[in-house]
Amino acid sequence: MNRVVVIDYGMGNLHSVGKALEHVDENISLTITADAQQIRDADRLIFPGVGAMRDCMAEIKRLKIDELLKQARLEKPILGICVGMQAMLSYSEENNGVDCIGLFPGMVKRFKENQVDESGEILKVPHMGWNEVKQTSAHPMWQGIENNSRFYFVHSFFVDPDTDKQDSANIVGESSYPLTFSSAISAENIFAVQFHPEKSQNVGLQLLKNFLSWNGQL
Amino acid sequence: MSLAKRIIPCLDCENGRVVKGVKFLDIRDAGDPVEVSKRYCDQGADEITFLDITASSDNRDTTIHTVEAIASQVFIPLTVGGGIRSLDDIRIMLRAGADKVAINTSAVLTPEFVKEAAEKFGSQCIVVAIDAKQVSLAGEPLRWEIFTHGGRKATGIDAIEWAKRMVAYGAGEILLTSMDRDGTKNGFDLALNRAISEAVSVPVIASGGVGNLQDLVDGITEGKVDAVLAASIFHFGEFSIPEAKEYMASKGIVVR
Repeated sequence: MNRVVVIDYGMGNLHSVGKALEHVDENISLTITADAQQIRDADRLIFPGVGAMRDCMAEIKRLKIDELLKQARLEKPILGICVGMQAMLSYSEENNGVDCIGLFPGMVKRFKENQVDESGEILKVPHMGWNEVKQTSAHPMWQGIENNSRFYFVHSFFVDPDTDKQDSANIVGESSYPLTFSSAISAENIFAVQFHPEKSQNVGLQLLKNFLSWNGQL
Repeated sequence: MSLAKRIIPCLDCENGRVVKGVKFLDIRDAGDPVEVSKRYCDQGADEITFLDITASSDNRDTTIHTVEAIASQVFIPLTVGGGIRSLDDIRIMLRAGADKVAINTSAVLTPEFVKEAAEKFGSQCIVVAIDAKQVSLAGEPLRWEIFTHGGRKATGIDAIEWAKRMVAYGAGEILLTSMDRDGTKNGFDLALNRAISEAVSVPVIASGGVGNLQDLVDGITEGKVDAVLAASIFHFGEFSIPEAKEYMASKGIVVR
Protein backbone atom coordinates (compact mmCIF):
# COMPACT_ATOMS: atom_id res chain seq x y z
CA MET A 1 0.00 0.00 0.00
CA ASN A 2 1.28 3.41 -1.03
CA ARG A 3 0.80 5.58 2.07
CA VAL A 4 0.54 9.21 1.02
CA VAL A 5 0.26 12.03 3.54
CA VAL A 6 -0.83 15.51 2.52
CA ILE A 7 0.63 17.72 5.24
CA ASP A 8 -2.15 19.88 6.69
CA TYR A 9 -1.00 22.93 8.62
CA GLY A 10 -4.33 24.69 8.36
CA MET A 11 -3.60 26.78 5.28
CA GLY A 12 -6.03 26.46 2.41
CA ASN A 13 -7.83 23.92 0.35
CA LEU A 14 -6.09 20.55 0.62
CA HIS A 15 -9.06 18.61 -0.63
CA SER A 16 -8.32 19.46 -4.25
CA VAL A 17 -4.92 17.82 -4.09
CA GLY A 18 -6.36 14.86 -2.18
CA LYS A 19 -9.11 14.34 -4.74
CA ALA A 20 -6.68 14.61 -7.63
CA LEU A 21 -4.34 12.02 -6.06
CA GLU A 22 -7.22 9.59 -5.51
CA HIS A 23 -8.35 10.21 -9.07
CA VAL A 24 -4.99 9.12 -10.53
CA ASP A 25 -4.67 6.11 -8.22
CA GLU A 26 -7.64 4.88 -6.24
CA ASN A 27 -5.50 2.30 -4.42
CA ILE A 28 -3.37 4.74 -2.42
CA SER A 29 -3.92 5.23 1.28
CA LEU A 30 -4.40 8.97 1.57
CA THR A 31 -4.30 10.94 4.82
CA ILE A 32 -4.54 14.70 5.23
CA THR A 33 -2.92 15.47 8.57
CA ALA A 34 -0.25 17.28 10.58
CA ASP A 35 0.25 14.29 12.88
CA ALA A 36 3.98 13.65 13.38
CA GLN A 37 3.70 9.89 13.56
CA GLN A 38 1.66 9.63 10.38
CA ILE A 39 4.14 11.90 8.61
CA ARG A 40 6.99 9.65 9.80
CA ASP A 41 5.14 6.49 8.70
CA ALA A 42 4.20 7.75 5.23
CA ASP A 43 5.81 6.42 2.08
CA ARG A 44 5.64 9.83 0.45
CA LEU A 45 4.61 13.36 1.41
CA ILE A 46 2.80 16.22 -0.28
CA PHE A 47 3.66 19.64 1.14
CA PRO A 48 1.15 22.16 -0.22
CA GLY A 49 0.32 25.67 0.93
CA VAL A 50 -1.55 28.83 0.13
CA GLY A 51 -1.82 32.16 1.85
CA ALA A 52 0.63 34.47 3.47
CA MET A 53 4.12 33.21 4.37
CA ARG A 54 4.20 34.62 7.90
CA ASP A 55 1.05 32.70 8.87
CA CYS A 56 2.24 29.58 7.07
CA MET A 57 5.64 29.58 8.80
CA ALA A 58 4.06 30.23 12.19
CA GLU A 59 1.95 27.10 11.84
CA ILE A 60 4.78 25.07 10.30
CA LYS A 61 6.97 25.89 13.32
CA ARG A 62 4.21 25.40 15.88
CA LEU A 63 3.46 21.93 14.47
CA LYS A 64 7.23 21.21 14.08
CA ILE A 65 6.67 20.39 10.41
CA ASP A 66 10.03 22.01 9.60
CA GLU A 67 11.84 19.42 11.72
CA LEU A 68 9.74 16.58 10.28
CA LEU A 69 10.57 17.66 6.72
CA LYS A 70 14.30 17.94 7.43
CA GLN A 71 14.22 14.32 8.57
CA ALA A 72 11.81 13.13 5.86
CA ARG A 73 13.95 14.42 2.99
CA LEU A 74 16.58 11.84 3.91
CA GLU A 75 14.03 9.04 3.71
CA LYS A 76 11.20 9.51 1.20
CA PRO A 77 9.89 11.50 -1.76
CA ILE A 78 8.34 14.89 -1.01
CA LEU A 79 6.32 17.02 -3.43
CA GLY A 80 6.16 20.74 -2.58
CA ILE A 81 3.39 22.81 -4.15
CA CYS A 82 3.14 26.62 -4.41
CA VAL A 83 3.73 28.16 -0.95
CA GLY A 84 4.92 24.69 0.13
CA MET A 85 7.71 25.05 -2.43
CA GLN A 86 8.48 28.59 -1.32
CA ALA A 87 8.66 27.57 2.35
CA MET A 88 11.50 25.16 1.46
CA LEU A 89 13.84 28.11 0.73
CA SER A 90 15.77 30.01 3.39
CA TYR A 91 13.96 33.35 3.39
CA SER A 92 10.91 35.11 1.92
CA GLU A 93 10.45 38.81 1.21
CA GLU A 94 6.71 38.46 1.96
CA ASN A 95 5.22 40.18 5.05
CA ASN A 96 8.36 42.36 5.49
CA GLY A 97 10.58 39.30 5.59
CA VAL A 98 10.08 35.80 6.99
CA ASP A 99 12.63 33.09 7.75
CA CYS A 100 11.55 29.88 6.04
CA ILE A 101 12.46 26.21 6.56
CA GLY A 102 15.73 26.42 4.66
CA LEU A 103 15.95 23.03 2.99
CA PHE A 104 17.61 24.98 0.18
CA PRO A 105 19.57 28.24 0.09
CA GLY A 106 17.78 31.04 -1.71
CA MET A 107 15.12 33.71 -1.52
CA VAL A 108 11.45 34.05 -2.25
CA LYS A 109 10.84 37.32 -4.11
CA ARG A 110 7.82 39.27 -5.30
CA PHE A 111 7.00 39.99 -8.93
CA LYS A 112 7.45 43.68 -9.65
CA GLU A 113 4.28 45.51 -10.62
CA ASN A 114 3.74 47.26 -13.94
CA GLN A 115 6.10 44.99 -15.84
CA VAL A 116 5.44 44.92 -19.55
CA ASP A 117 5.51 41.90 -21.86
CA GLU A 118 6.92 41.82 -25.43
CA SER A 119 3.64 43.16 -26.85
CA GLY A 120 3.68 46.15 -24.49
CA GLU A 121 0.92 44.85 -22.26
CA ILE A 122 1.11 45.49 -18.49
CA LEU A 123 1.31 42.22 -16.59
CA LYS A 124 -1.02 41.74 -13.63
CA VAL A 125 0.11 40.51 -10.22
CA PRO A 126 -0.79 37.87 -9.03
CA HIS A 127 0.49 35.79 -11.92
CA MET A 128 -2.73 33.87 -12.44
CA GLY A 129 -3.55 31.39 -15.16
CA TRP A 130 -1.96 28.87 -17.49
CA ASN A 131 1.69 29.41 -18.31
CA GLU A 132 4.33 27.30 -20.00
CA VAL A 133 6.88 25.30 -18.06
CA LYS A 134 10.14 24.71 -19.88
CA GLN A 135 11.78 21.50 -18.67
CA THR A 136 15.36 22.69 -18.18
CA SER A 137 16.63 19.23 -17.35
CA ALA A 138 15.34 15.69 -17.68
CA HIS A 139 13.66 14.24 -14.60
CA PRO A 140 11.51 11.15 -13.87
CA MET A 141 8.74 13.52 -12.73
CA TRP A 142 8.46 14.92 -16.27
CA GLN A 143 7.71 11.52 -17.73
CA GLY A 144 4.76 11.64 -20.17
CA ILE A 145 4.59 15.45 -19.99
CA GLU A 146 5.50 17.41 -23.10
CA ASN A 147 8.09 20.12 -22.78
CA ASN A 148 6.54 23.61 -22.52
CA SER A 149 3.17 22.25 -21.35
CA ARG A 150 0.95 24.81 -19.67
CA PHE A 151 0.22 24.47 -15.95
CA TYR A 152 -2.05 26.56 -13.73
CA PHE A 153 -0.32 29.19 -11.58
CA VAL A 154 -1.61 31.60 -8.97
CA HIS A 155 1.06 33.45 -7.01
CA SER A 156 2.69 36.83 -6.44
CA PHE A 157 6.02 35.47 -5.15
CA PHE A 158 8.53 33.12 -6.77
CA VAL A 159 11.61 31.21 -5.63
CA ASP A 160 15.13 32.26 -6.55
CA PRO A 161 17.42 29.38 -5.49
CA ASP A 162 21.02 30.28 -4.73
CA THR A 163 22.53 27.84 -7.22
CA ASP A 164 26.10 28.93 -6.41
CA LYS A 165 25.82 27.21 -3.05
CA GLN A 166 26.68 23.55 -2.76
CA ASP A 167 23.43 22.38 -1.19
CA SER A 168 21.23 24.27 -3.68
CA ALA A 169 18.22 22.72 -5.36
CA ASN A 170 18.49 22.06 -9.09
CA ILE A 171 16.28 24.10 -11.35
CA VAL A 172 14.31 21.62 -13.45
CA GLY A 173 11.57 23.88 -14.80
CA GLU A 174 11.40 27.55 -15.80
CA SER A 175 8.60 29.92 -16.74
CA SER A 176 8.53 33.60 -17.62
CA TYR A 177 6.38 36.54 -16.50
CA PRO A 178 8.14 38.40 -18.08
CA LEU A 179 11.29 37.59 -16.09
CA THR A 180 12.36 33.96 -16.09
CA PHE A 181 11.74 32.27 -12.75
CA SER A 182 12.12 28.74 -11.38
CA SER A 183 8.77 26.99 -11.65
CA ALA A 184 10.14 23.57 -10.66
CA ILE A 185 13.13 22.66 -8.50
CA SER A 186 14.47 19.32 -7.38
CA ALA A 187 16.98 17.53 -5.18
CA GLU A 188 17.26 14.00 -3.92
CA ASN A 189 13.79 13.03 -2.61
CA ILE A 190 12.37 16.47 -3.32
CA PHE A 191 10.43 17.84 -6.26
CA ALA A 192 8.78 21.21 -5.78
CA VAL A 193 6.60 23.22 -8.14
CA GLN A 194 5.24 26.76 -8.15
CA PHE A 195 2.15 25.77 -10.17
CA HIS A 196 -0.81 23.69 -9.01
CA PRO A 197 -0.68 20.19 -10.54
CA GLU A 198 -4.03 19.38 -8.92
CA LYS A 199 -5.60 22.19 -10.97
CA SER A 200 -3.67 21.65 -14.20
CA GLN A 201 -5.95 19.07 -15.80
CA ASN A 202 -4.22 16.22 -17.67
CA VAL A 203 -0.62 17.42 -17.43
CA GLY A 204 -1.04 18.06 -13.71
CA LEU A 205 -2.64 14.68 -13.09
CA GLN A 206 0.25 13.06 -14.97
CA LEU A 207 2.75 14.81 -12.70
CA LEU A 208 0.90 13.56 -9.60
CA LYS A 209 0.81 10.08 -11.09
CA ASN A 210 4.57 10.26 -11.67
CA PHE A 211 5.08 11.32 -8.07
CA LEU A 212 3.17 8.31 -6.74
CA SER A 213 5.76 6.01 -8.33
CA TRP A 214 8.89 8.19 -8.06
CA ASN A 215 11.69 6.63 -6.01
CA GLY A 216 13.21 10.00 -5.13
CA GLN A 217 16.25 9.64 -7.37
CA LEU A 218 17.20 12.17 -10.03
CA MET B 1 6.27 32.14 -24.05
CA SER B 2 3.59 33.96 -22.12
CA LEU B 3 0.56 33.60 -19.93
CA ALA B 4 -2.53 32.40 -21.80
CA LYS B 5 -5.77 34.36 -21.76
CA ARG B 6 -8.45 32.33 -20.03
CA ILE B 7 -11.86 31.22 -21.25
CA ILE B 8 -14.24 30.61 -18.36
CA PRO B 9 -17.64 29.04 -18.91
CA CYS B 10 -20.09 30.19 -16.25
CA LEU B 11 -22.78 28.01 -14.74
CA ASP B 12 -25.63 30.00 -13.23
CA CYS B 13 -27.37 27.44 -11.05
CA GLU B 14 -30.76 27.45 -9.46
CA ASN B 15 -31.97 24.58 -7.28
CA GLY B 16 -29.20 22.34 -8.58
CA ARG B 17 -29.73 22.99 -12.31
CA VAL B 18 -27.80 25.15 -14.75
CA VAL B 19 -30.03 27.97 -15.96
CA LYS B 20 -29.44 31.10 -17.97
CA GLY B 21 -31.64 34.15 -17.97
CA VAL B 22 -31.74 37.08 -20.32
CA LYS B 23 -31.25 40.17 -18.17
CA PHE B 24 -32.03 37.96 -15.18
CA LEU B 25 -35.42 36.94 -16.59
CA ASP B 26 -36.69 34.20 -18.91
CA ILE B 27 -34.74 31.36 -17.39
CA ARG B 28 -33.92 28.38 -19.64
CA ASP B 29 -32.73 25.02 -18.35
CA ALA B 30 -29.23 24.11 -19.52
CA GLY B 31 -28.54 20.86 -17.72
CA ASP B 32 -26.89 19.15 -14.79
CA PRO B 33 -24.00 21.24 -13.41
CA VAL B 34 -21.69 18.27 -12.84
CA GLU B 35 -22.12 16.94 -16.37
CA VAL B 36 -21.84 20.41 -17.86
CA SER B 37 -18.64 21.19 -15.89
CA LYS B 38 -17.06 17.91 -16.86
CA ARG B 39 -17.85 18.49 -20.52
CA TYR B 40 -16.30 21.97 -20.46
CA CYS B 41 -13.23 20.70 -18.63
CA ASP B 42 -12.74 17.92 -21.20
CA GLN B 43 -13.10 20.50 -23.98
CA GLY B 44 -10.26 22.57 -22.54
CA ALA B 45 -11.99 25.26 -20.48
CA ASP B 46 -9.40 27.09 -18.37
CA GLU B 47 -11.57 27.46 -15.27
CA ILE B 48 -15.19 26.95 -14.24
CA THR B 49 -17.30 29.55 -12.47
CA PHE B 50 -20.36 28.32 -10.59
CA LEU B 51 -22.84 30.99 -9.50
CA ASP B 52 -25.67 29.95 -7.21
CA ILE B 53 -28.59 32.20 -8.08
CA THR B 54 -31.11 30.36 -5.92
CA ALA B 55 -33.07 33.11 -4.23
CA SER B 56 -33.67 31.41 -0.90
CA SER B 57 -31.02 29.95 1.34
CA ASP B 58 -33.05 26.72 1.76
CA ASN B 59 -31.08 24.95 -0.90
CA ARG B 60 -27.63 25.66 0.49
CA ASP B 61 -26.95 21.95 0.95
CA THR B 62 -27.78 21.27 -2.70
CA THR B 63 -25.15 23.83 -3.67
CA ILE B 64 -22.52 22.35 -1.37
CA HIS B 65 -23.14 18.84 -2.72
CA THR B 66 -23.00 20.10 -6.29
CA VAL B 67 -19.67 21.86 -5.63
CA GLU B 68 -18.30 18.67 -4.06
CA ALA B 69 -19.41 16.62 -7.04
CA ILE B 70 -17.88 19.05 -9.54
CA ALA B 71 -14.61 19.28 -7.60
CA SER B 72 -14.17 15.52 -7.49
CA GLN B 73 -14.28 15.30 -11.29
CA VAL B 74 -12.94 18.57 -12.58
CA PHE B 75 -9.22 19.27 -12.14
CA ILE B 76 -9.15 22.90 -13.18
CA PRO B 77 -9.82 25.90 -10.94
CA LEU B 78 -13.38 26.27 -9.68
CA THR B 79 -14.85 29.57 -8.48
CA VAL B 80 -18.08 29.52 -6.50
CA GLY B 81 -20.28 32.57 -5.98
CA GLY B 82 -23.74 33.44 -4.76
CA GLY B 83 -24.72 33.89 -1.14
CA ILE B 84 -21.17 34.12 0.24
CA ARG B 85 -21.81 36.21 3.35
CA SER B 86 -19.45 35.04 6.09
CA LEU B 87 -16.01 33.56 6.69
CA ASP B 88 -17.85 30.32 7.46
CA ASP B 89 -19.53 30.36 4.04
CA ILE B 90 -16.07 30.69 2.46
CA ARG B 91 -14.62 27.93 4.60
CA ILE B 92 -17.49 25.60 3.66
CA MET B 93 -17.07 26.26 -0.06
CA LEU B 94 -13.29 25.84 0.01
CA ARG B 95 -13.72 22.64 1.95
CA ALA B 96 -16.28 21.42 -0.60
CA GLY B 97 -13.58 21.86 -3.25
CA ALA B 98 -13.88 25.43 -4.51
CA ASP B 99 -10.56 27.15 -5.23
CA LYS B 100 -11.96 30.68 -5.14
CA VAL B 101 -15.12 32.34 -3.94
CA ALA B 102 -16.84 35.28 -5.59
CA ILE B 103 -18.21 37.91 -3.20
CA ASN B 104 -20.68 40.47 -4.48
CA THR B 105 -23.53 41.90 -2.39
CA SER B 106 -21.83 41.18 0.93
CA ALA B 107 -18.79 43.19 -0.14
CA VAL B 108 -21.00 46.21 -0.74
CA LEU B 109 -22.87 45.80 2.53
CA THR B 110 -19.69 45.20 4.53
CA PRO B 111 -16.50 46.11 2.64
CA GLU B 112 -14.38 45.02 5.63
CA PHE B 113 -15.58 41.47 4.96
CA VAL B 114 -13.34 41.34 1.87
CA LYS B 115 -10.36 42.44 3.96
CA GLU B 116 -11.02 39.79 6.60
CA ALA B 117 -11.56 37.11 3.96
CA ALA B 118 -8.31 37.95 2.15
CA GLU B 119 -6.36 37.99 5.41
CA LYS B 120 -7.85 34.68 6.48
CA PHE B 121 -7.78 32.70 3.24
CA GLY B 122 -5.36 34.64 1.03
CA SER B 123 -6.09 37.01 -1.85
CA GLN B 124 -5.66 34.19 -4.37
CA CYS B 125 -9.06 32.78 -3.45
CA ILE B 126 -11.01 36.03 -3.07
CA VAL B 127 -12.76 37.21 -6.22
CA VAL B 128 -14.87 40.33 -5.93
CA ALA B 129 -17.80 40.25 -8.36
CA ILE B 130 -18.95 43.65 -9.54
CA ASP B 131 -22.25 44.26 -11.34
CA ALA B 132 -21.92 47.62 -13.07
CA LYS B 133 -24.34 49.72 -15.08
CA GLN B 134 -23.70 52.82 -17.10
CA VAL B 135 -25.20 55.87 -15.40
CA SER B 136 -23.80 58.67 -17.55
CA LEU B 137 -26.14 60.10 -20.16
CA ALA B 138 -25.34 60.54 -23.85
CA GLY B 139 -22.73 63.26 -24.28
CA GLU B 140 -21.49 63.01 -20.68
CA PRO B 141 -18.16 61.41 -19.78
CA LEU B 142 -18.67 57.66 -19.27
CA ARG B 143 -19.49 56.65 -15.73
CA TRP B 144 -20.67 53.38 -14.22
CA GLU B 145 -22.14 52.54 -10.83
CA ILE B 146 -22.40 49.25 -9.05
CA PHE B 147 -25.63 47.40 -8.42
CA THR B 148 -26.40 44.60 -5.97
CA HIS B 149 -29.01 41.89 -5.48
CA GLY B 150 -28.61 40.50 -8.97
CA GLY B 151 -28.61 43.92 -10.56
CA ARG B 152 -31.86 45.14 -8.98
CA LYS B 153 -30.53 47.55 -6.41
CA ALA B 154 -28.59 50.74 -7.16
CA THR B 155 -25.88 51.76 -4.69
CA GLY B 156 -24.63 55.08 -6.05
CA ILE B 157 -21.03 53.79 -5.80
CA ASP B 158 -18.69 54.52 -8.71
CA ALA B 159 -17.53 51.26 -10.29
CA ILE B 160 -13.89 52.24 -10.88
CA GLU B 161 -13.43 53.60 -7.36
CA TRP B 162 -15.07 50.48 -5.99
CA ALA B 163 -12.80 48.13 -7.94
CA LYS B 164 -9.70 49.97 -6.70
CA ARG B 165 -10.95 49.84 -3.13
CA MET B 166 -11.67 46.11 -3.31
CA VAL B 167 -8.17 45.43 -4.63
CA ALA B 168 -6.70 47.55 -1.84
CA TYR B 169 -8.72 45.39 0.58
CA GLY B 170 -7.17 42.22 -0.83
CA ALA B 171 -9.32 41.04 -3.74
CA GLY B 172 -7.13 38.83 -5.93
CA GLU B 173 -9.30 39.10 -9.01
CA ILE B 174 -12.29 41.11 -10.27
CA LEU B 175 -15.24 39.48 -12.01
CA LEU B 176 -16.86 42.35 -13.86
CA THR B 177 -20.39 42.04 -15.23
CA SER B 178 -22.05 44.72 -17.31
CA MET B 179 -25.71 44.80 -16.35
CA ASP B 180 -26.46 46.64 -19.57
CA ARG B 181 -25.05 43.83 -21.66
CA ASP B 182 -25.73 40.70 -19.61
CA GLY B 183 -27.85 38.31 -21.64
CA THR B 184 -28.10 40.63 -24.65
CA LYS B 185 -25.47 38.97 -26.89
CA ASN B 186 -24.37 42.44 -28.00
CA GLY B 187 -20.78 41.99 -26.81
CA PHE B 188 -18.95 43.08 -23.65
CA ASP B 189 -19.08 46.69 -22.50
CA LEU B 190 -15.53 47.29 -23.72
CA ALA B 191 -15.15 50.79 -22.30
CA LEU B 192 -16.18 49.56 -18.85
CA ASN B 193 -13.82 46.58 -18.95
CA ARG B 194 -10.92 48.67 -20.14
CA ALA B 195 -11.52 51.36 -17.53
CA ILE B 196 -11.52 48.84 -14.68
CA SER B 197 -8.72 46.66 -16.02
CA GLU B 198 -6.42 49.64 -16.41
CA ALA B 199 -7.33 50.93 -12.95
CA VAL B 200 -6.36 47.80 -10.99
CA SER B 201 -3.25 45.65 -10.71
CA VAL B 202 -5.07 42.30 -10.42
CA PRO B 203 -6.60 40.21 -13.22
CA VAL B 204 -10.05 41.18 -14.51
CA ILE B 205 -12.60 38.74 -15.94
CA ALA B 206 -15.07 40.27 -18.41
CA SER B 207 -18.64 39.06 -18.18
CA GLY B 208 -21.97 39.90 -19.74
CA GLY B 209 -22.98 40.14 -23.36
CA VAL B 210 -21.03 37.58 -25.37
CA GLY B 211 -22.94 36.69 -28.53
CA ASN B 212 -20.18 35.47 -30.84
CA LEU B 213 -16.49 34.60 -30.90
CA GLN B 214 -15.36 38.04 -32.03
CA ASP B 215 -16.85 39.40 -28.79
CA LEU B 216 -14.36 37.25 -26.84
CA VAL B 217 -11.48 38.63 -28.93
CA ASP B 218 -12.66 42.22 -28.48
CA GLY B 219 -12.87 41.73 -24.71
CA ILE B 220 -9.19 40.90 -24.63
CA THR B 221 -7.78 43.21 -27.26
CA GLU B 222 -9.99 46.25 -26.58
CA GLY B 223 -11.38 45.54 -23.12
CA LYS B 224 -7.81 44.67 -21.96
CA VAL B 225 -9.07 41.90 -19.67
CA ASP B 226 -7.18 38.79 -18.63
CA ALA B 227 -10.05 36.33 -18.95
CA VAL B 228 -13.44 36.14 -20.64
CA LEU B 229 -16.50 34.56 -19.13
CA ALA B 230 -19.50 33.35 -21.10
CA ALA B 231 -22.52 31.18 -20.51
CA SER B 232 -25.21 30.91 -23.16
CA ILE B 233 -22.99 30.68 -26.25
CA PHE B 234 -21.50 27.52 -24.75
CA HIS B 235 -24.54 26.09 -22.97
CA PHE B 236 -26.81 25.96 -25.98
CA GLY B 237 -24.20 24.55 -28.31
CA GLU B 238 -23.74 27.62 -30.51
CA PHE B 239 -19.98 27.39 -30.06
CA SER B 240 -17.66 24.94 -28.33
CA ILE B 241 -14.64 25.86 -26.20
CA PRO B 242 -12.20 24.51 -28.85
CA GLU B 243 -13.90 26.64 -31.52
CA ALA B 244 -13.55 29.68 -29.29
CA LYS B 245 -9.87 28.98 -28.64
CA GLU B 246 -9.13 28.32 -32.27
CA TYR B 247 -10.76 31.60 -33.27
CA MET B 248 -8.94 33.56 -30.57
CA ALA B 249 -5.62 32.00 -31.56
CA SER B 250 -6.27 32.94 -35.20
CA LYS B 251 -6.54 36.55 -34.02
CA GLY B 252 -3.17 36.38 -32.30
CA ILE B 253 -4.36 35.79 -28.73
CA VAL B 254 -2.33 33.34 -26.65
CA VAL B 255 -4.59 30.51 -25.48
CA ARG B 256 -3.88 27.15 -23.87
